[in-house]
Amino acid sequence: MAPLDELKIGGMGASRRRVEDNRFIRGKGRYVDDIVLPGMLHMEVLRSPVAHARIKSIDTSAAWEIPGVRLVLTGETMAARNLAWMPTLSYDTQAVLATDKVRFQGQEVAAVVADDPYIAKDACSKIVVEYEQLPPIVNPVQAQAPDAPLIRDDKENQPTNKIFDWEIGDKAATDRAFAEADVISKTELHYPRSHPSPLEPCGSIADYDRATGKLTVYMTTQAPHIIRAAVAMVAELPEHMIRIVSPDLGGGFGNKVPIYPGYVVSILASILTERPVKWIEDKSGNLISTGFGRDVYLQGEIAMRKDGKILGMRMHTISDHGAFYADAQPTKFKIGLMHSAFACYDIPAAHLTSEGWYTNKAPGGVAYRCSFRVTEAMFFQERMIHNAANDLGMDQAEFRRVNLVKDDMFPYRTAFGFLTDSGQYKKCLDIGLEAIGYQNFKAEQEEARKRGKLLGIGISTMTEPLGAGNSREYDIIGIKMFDSAELRVHMTGKAILRTGAKTQGQGHETTWAQIVAHELGIPADDIVVEEGDTDTAPFGMGTYASRSTPVAGAAVAMVSRKIRAKARKIAAHLLEVSEEDIEWELGRFYVRGNPERGVTIQDCALAAYSNVPDGMEPGLENNAYYDPPNLTWPFAAYICKVEVDPATGVWDVLKFVAVDDCGVRINPMVVEGQIMGGLTEAYAMANMQYITFDEEGNCIGANYMDYLLPTAWETPGFELHEVVTPCPHHPIGAKGIGECATVGGPAAFVNAVINAIEHTGVRNVDMPLMPNRVYEALKTGSDISGMPPVRVD
Amino acid sequence: MTSLYDEVSPAPAADVPTKRVTINVNGEARTVDVEPRLLLAHLLRQGLKLTGTHTGCDTTSCGTCTVLFDGRPVKSCTMLAVQADGHEVETVEGMSSASELHPVQEGFKQEHGLQCGYCTPGMMLAAKALLERNPDPTEDEVRWALSGNLCRCTGYQNIVKSVLWAAQKMRGQNPEA
Repeated sequence: MAPLDELKIGGMGASRRRVEDNRFIRGKGRYVDDIVLPGMLHMEVLRSPVAHARIKSIDTSAAWEIPGVRLVLTGETMAARNLAWMPTLSYDTQAVLATDKVRFQGQEVAAVVADDPYIAKDACSKIVVEYEQLPPIVNPVQAQAPDAPLIRDDKENQPTNKIFDWEIGDKAATDRAFAEADVISKTELHYPRSHPSPLEPCGSIADYDRATGKLTVYMTTQAPHIIRAAVAMVAELPEHMIRIVSPDLGGGFGNKVPIYPGYVVSILASILTERPVKWIEDKSGNLISTGFGRDVYLQGEIAMRKDGKILGMRMHTISDHGAFYADAQPTKFKIGLMHSAFACYDIPAAHLTSEGWYTNKAPGGVAYRCSFRVTEAMFFQERMIHNAANDLGMDQAEFRRVNLVKDDMFPYRTAFGFLTDSGQYKKCLDIGLEAIGYQNFKAEQEEARKRGKLLGIGISTMTEPLGAGNSREYDIIGIKMFDSAELRVHMTGKAILRTGAKTQGQGHETTWAQIVAHELGIPADDIVVEEGDTDTAPFGMGTYASRSTPVAGAAVAMVSRKIRAKARKIAAHLLEVSEEDIEWELGRFYVRGNPERGVTIQDCALAAYSNVPDGMEPGLENNAYYDPPNLTWPFAAYICKVEVDPATGVWDVLKFVAVDDCGVRINPMVVEGQIMGGLTEAYAMANMQYITFDEEGNCIGANYMDYLLPTAWETPGFELHEVVTPCPHHPIGAKGIGECATVGGPAAFVNAVINAIEHTGVRNVDMPLMPNRVYEALKTGSDISGMPPVRVD
Repeated sequence: MTSLYDEVSPAPAADVPTKRVTINVNGEARTVDVEPRLLLAHLLRQGLKLTGTHTGCDTTSCGTCTVLFDGRPVKSCTMLAVQADGHEVETVEGMSSASELHPVQEGFKQEHGLQCGYCTPGMMLAAKALLERNPDPTEDEVRWALSGNLCRCTGYQNIVKSVLWAAQKMRGQNPEA
């Protein structure tokens, strides 16, 4: 019998076309707003027009008078049920509907529930709120002024606007390294606030059934089980009577991890009206009130020997968290995994200090397509490396080669204590340099100057920690970060797989089946994958921080192996030999020494329901909870070549090369899709996409005419290359990939533009590198800071 | 006749004016009474239950609500339903028959031109309109034709390949060759 061809059954390594596409291309996806329940009402949220103000009064009487209005809720309604405030994912509290003050523009003040969304909007406009304006604080500098107004006067023991001080690393050893250094290179910059902005905004349909006591919530969430636990705590409902369903999601990128006031209000509205209540946020609501990314100021220094060897580095970060500390990140790490910076470089000593501040801006520093602020870490790192090489007068590639961790140094303990376990960093870099034509670049640059154009090349090399847990170190509000999978093989050999992750475009319905196919030889087309319903899916922490493949994907492999172990016993029974005499090949057990005598996995599945050996439980199903021994550490080398027009400051990408090593690739097509999508978000942040505020705290970027996203017209093409270093601890050797390009990409674009203009003395232009900023830098030869509230555009 | 918001029990208040419109949607004449302010996107989604037309930004920027209006792509979130009276509207639900996909739909699946699927219906309709007037577009022409439709997942490269795949197929060539 010929062995199965794994690629033909859609196993690992197959660029299998996605099964979820079958409904999406027909317009048959089922997103939250597509769901209609009998008797459903519609909710609209009224938001604060000002950034900081005391609420003097709220008059809802005119709203109640509009025909079709069923309920108007204010902070008072919530407070009467102890729901005016809710806990955040970072042990802070956040207002659900404001009672005392509004603390950022766009904060939720009231809500109307009506027969249709138009009536609810009409009624919202009839609510009269009287505000007494207070001075707004729009950046951490203002927040720390001695006479700064106190934003969080609701909290006890909060005398200032500071949220935290935090540090990690060895200060004494780092100080010694700086004392011994030949050259010290300094970098200061701001990573601007950005918004993940999935095209589908947030929303929910809460459906409370008084007869059964059951609450069902259809919701845009990347982490349904965390939401279930949180709702149980906030709403004081028993957890088994809460069902969270996350249907198809129109993108997430971290934006759909936190718990937002709209969800909570819709739940109370359903309890009060005893009707299903749908709340769908509009785009402005999404952009001005939900989880943003970045908004961190960095000061960093690198200590070096003349020969290029880095001896130590230190960083200080000042982060702007908005009005509530609602970051979605592991409990133990106040500024996320910022200390993963420089993990790909061999550096003996490092020290990081961080401070976080409240401001009158939207809360919720989410990991926008990155693993817990790793995007900031890697951007800072590669901007610092770029400046350090220049300060030494050393070639950018050579400086990296000197300092990158070498292949024979793994497992490697970083100065901040992370353990990186595998990689071929130099190989990736060299492939990228070859592909971009690094050797000829200097000549090309000279030639372009004669044409009046400025060419620049930018390198970004980085490894990032993806796939939290392990659960010893990583938890969110105390819930440990493992994940799970449950596999049921039916008697005809078909199967259903459920996991605790939640796809939002990553293609789990396709790729998880490929892992099962790889482990069991069941064709991927015979396996259906379900996620997102807490009544049926096993407990998991959801999908963000590139953790699905590292954690849930590992659980899929492990549960498949449990199934195989039971099937092996059944096979021994069917073949009438002892289990020790059974051999496995893909999809089939056979008798050792007699390969013709065998049974397929499908034969075993049928027997599991019809002919089990004495004493064995019937059925063929199991589950696995996977607590990873470590993070996974993919590596990437991104190299970008740009042409800057000095007459306008406009820059074009001439070529972009991406070399990614994410270990074993389950579905190469899907992996490449993740990389191209991530690079586009990197390009967006480098070029145009940011959220800023004026001096009054007005959000500039509250719609897609102010918040610029790249279209098919601007977005450059990307050339992708692959290196495979399997992860040594992951059951199928895979590493995370969903976010590498967003994390490592921005520095490649920025380094390239800076390289093109640094002959004028410019060291830094803050993102986004809009033409006016680049033009200004070129003209003046000085750095451009994008620090709000002063806009330079 | 289809009544709007039929999931809601009470009838609209008597003083809300409505206008009767007849719109040819995906080849079928649909007669409905609508409030003059009702947006076409909302009529399609809520009234006619054609939820493949999505709404993303409410400001004509993102293109997830794109439909073909007398064959031309328009953003249905910024068009009133009454403006469509007497016109033809094609949504994603009208692209394929029960047994056969439109080549653009096939192309998006073959070239991995979608991830979360939210922008996909609008993207595909904009592409279909392009290919009907320009059966052999260049990459730049495809990029320009789709520049009113945002995608946050794919980075566009595969979307462009999907459209070129469909163009080849529609010209009778083998896109896999």
